[in-house]
Amino acid sequence: MLMINILGLLCIALIVWWFWLYKPTAVVAAEQGPFTVLVANGSYQPARIQLPAGQATTLRFIRKDASPCAKMLVFNDLDISAELALNQTTDISLPAMAPGHYGFSCQMQMYRGELIVQ
Amino acid sequence: MSSVPQKNVAKHTSYLQIEGASCASCVGKIEGALMQLPEVESAAMNLAQSTVAITGDAPIATLIKAVNAAGYEAKSIVDSSDQQLMDDKEQADQQYFQRLKREMWLALGLGVPLMLYGMLGGDMMVVTDLQRGLWLLVGLLTLAVMVFAGRHFYVGAWKSFANHNANMDTLIALGTGTAWLYSMVVALFPLAVPEMARHVYFEATAMIIGLINLGLALEIKARGRTSEAIKRLIGLQAKTARLLRNGEEVDIAIEQIQQGDILRVRPGEKIAVDGVVQEGSSAVDESMLTGEPMPVAKNEGDELAAGTLNKSGSLLYKVTRVGKETALARIIEMVKRAQNSKPPIGRLADVIAAYFVPAIMIIAVVSALLWLNFGPSPQLAFAIVSATTVLIIACPCALGLATPMSVMVGVGKAAEAGVLIRNGAALQTASKITAMVLDKTGTITLGQPKVSGIVLAQAKDENEVLQLTASLESGSEHPLALSILASAKERGLSLASVQNFNAIAGHGVAGQVNGRHLLLGNEKLMRDNGVAIADYISTAQTMAQRAETPMYFAVDQQLAAIIAVADPIKEEAIAAIQRLQKNGLRIVMLTGDNRATAAAVAKKVGISEYFAEVLPQQKSAKVAELQAQGEIVGMTGDGINDAPALALANVGFAIGTGTDVAIESADITLMRGSLHGLADAIAVSKATLRNIKQNLFGAFIYNIAGVPIAAGILFPFTGMLLSPVIAGAAMAFSSLTVVTNANRLRLFNLRQH
Repeated sequence: MLMINILGLLCIALIVWWFWLYKPTAVVAAEQGPFTVLVANGSYQPARIQLPAGQATTLRFIRKDASPCAKMLVFNDLDISAELALNQTTDISLPAMAPGHYGFSCQMQMYRGELIVQ
Repeated sequence: MSSVPQKNVAKHTSYLQIEGASCASCVGKIEGALMQLPEVESAAMNLAQSTVAITGDAPIATLIKAVNAAGYEAKSIVDSSDQQLMDDKEQADQQYFQRLKREMWLALGLGVPLMLYGMLGGDMMVVTDLQRGLWLLVGLLTLAVMVFAGRHFYVGAWKSFANHNANMDTLIALGTGTAWLYSMVVALFPLAVPEMARHVYFEATAMIIGLINLGLALEIKARGRTSEAIKRLIGLQAKTARLLRNGEEVDIAIEQIQQGDILRVRPGEKIAVDGVVQEGSSAVDESMLTGEPMPVAKNEGDELAAGTLNKSGSLLYKVTRVGKETALARIIEMVKRAQNSKPPIGRLADVIAAYFVPAIMIIAVVSALLWLNFGPSPQLAFAIVSATTVLIIACPCALGLATPMSVMVGVGKAAEAGVLIRNGAALQTASKITAMVLDKTGTITLGQPKVSGIVLAQAKDENEVLQLTASLESGSEHPLALSILASAKERGLSLASVQNFNAIAGHGVAGQVNGRHLLLGNEKLMRDNGVAIADYISTAQTMAQRAETPMYFAVDQQLAAIIAVADPIKEEAIAAIQRLQKNGLRIVMLTGDNRATAAAVAKKVGISEYFAEVLPQQKSAKVAELQAQGEIVGMTGDGINDAPALALANVGFAIGTGTDVAIESADITLMRGSLHGLADAIAVSKATLRNIKQNLFGAFIYNIAGVPIAAGILFPFTGMLLSPVIAGAAMAFSSLTVVTNANRLRLFNLRQH
């Protein structure tokens, strides 16, 4: 029984670490041209994108996910939203931003990503 | 960037579809050719889509010519792409719906018989070898269901897991996966499980997959209805137009229409693009854009808007705006943006939704541990059932959908009534307004004052007065000036030139005509310039009591006449103001007019609180004053003169005239001149916020109650655990309920007067 309890607690620790504490390294967007983000299977790939501060950029989203959840893309902090057409590219022009973290998500916060501007 | 100096006009972006460009070097050529044009600020080509985006204010025709000169074909991209996008989306939704339906039948085809067997007393335990064999077979069938009907849950769960993300798929995959794995262990190695716990839950896995697919399918249908308003707007776009070319009329596709083209529209046809009437007269139904039910008379020089319907006569009109520039396209764009923006009320749900799924996973583990440690026998079975049920019943989607679905419907509903709401925040604040400031001119009154009488003092005849005052005002755009100019024109008076013209804000104007020094304005202007008016003050007061604005006119420091100008009150103003008051709003009227005129108008429309002789720059101070009193202030004005006050108010309402929309100037634009639009806007925002609150409340309560029940909090009282199948059904229908409730808003009846 003790073993099971320890296993359970480990399991909880693993959930906390994997979903909340762990931050994958951000993919750095190249200076040139739009940076492509794939929307597929319930996630943005990559989900963490590093962008240079003070510089307008374009993100190109390609939606491969038919689920209606994938349809809306919302940058809450930037007041930008767009509808992603299935199997098509949608370019999102981002203004020059101050350094910081800017989240983006689907309408329901299930698909989530983050811009790291530095 | 070109070296053109920054112009003081709004930059706009035009899009061209390029044909014949196939290589990277084409990009440079095309962009270069466009950048050569002085009006072009930037040109950026997207080779993958063969489109080029151009900022600047060059007409499309010029842009196309430049691209042609570079050796490529180009055409303007217009909003038929909106239609295309909508069609594509519907088709994709339809396909997804069909797939979900197939998967649902497959899963329920296995799940329902199994469940019925269990309910009718069938033995779900693994005791004999025969049972073992049979259940193993069922287990494999369930696996097939998981693969063929539930694959998207598992793939989605895995991918998001790999991305350190968790969503609804994660919960469903874990829940159904746990139930299946446990059941397989029971069937394969019954001896590894305590005898009492040798129960299989294959029916739960199959049923949950089936029910959730059913829920998703129904949700797609319901969601489609939430975008009906925008679909209707997009559908207004005509596909072809009749172009007048070399004296002949030819039908052309709307994409080919260019600025400056002359088009013909016959009775019963839709107007294809924005333009100005060149010839003919007709009545045009603009209700689809403005909500104004009465057709609007159109004569030479009047503006036409794309998507409106020509009713009675044939019109020739010159194209002023095409594609994304038309009022219709801008309205569509604005409604779309607003529908997708989120009011602050949804923020909490967003934050919770972001942490929701991992939190539920933790609760599931804790629940299982509690059952294992403290539960009655068979602990293992109870632990598995409670964990599965917790995972399945939790519904992050209902939480996440609560706000956006209502906003979608509410904003669309408002647009149908000719009310354009800029974003979710404006929608939310509009629902909380406690005081409404109305600018008199153009809001309560028509804003088109007419000379209603002239009282002569030193002057000999009315024509002389009108001729001089009209000459003085000849360059002015002020509504009062326009009324005098119109009156002079009516009488066929010819105007003289004006020297040393000086407009004194809030007071009047001064200048010299034919060597005589003229003053035209209010009492203050006369006093400041030492003009004796004592004998005529009572005359002016009488005018003011009739809601006419008296304008004193002095020639060489002598009072020559008083001109009375009246601005008729809008027909529906009284009823609309009553509607607002019934809603408990404190109504305040502001006007630059004198006290007596203000009092007369206020009395007529039933407003008790008003401020007269307010200079334009003082309007925002009045708004600030009300805010300091703790009011949440809405300000309604024409959007041009009142811009600072509109910006300062908690919600600024710009009252438009027909389709001439001042889209960027206010939080909410009323395309119809009527004040009913204002009451409608507030009614819609209140209804939408109420709907959002119901949704959020429902979603919160559902999860707050559902999760503990699933974990078994009621077990001590009922001696039973919630079935995972019931949890699946609840989960599937919880988000559907939210969408359906939002759809209820569509039935909200706006015109309650």
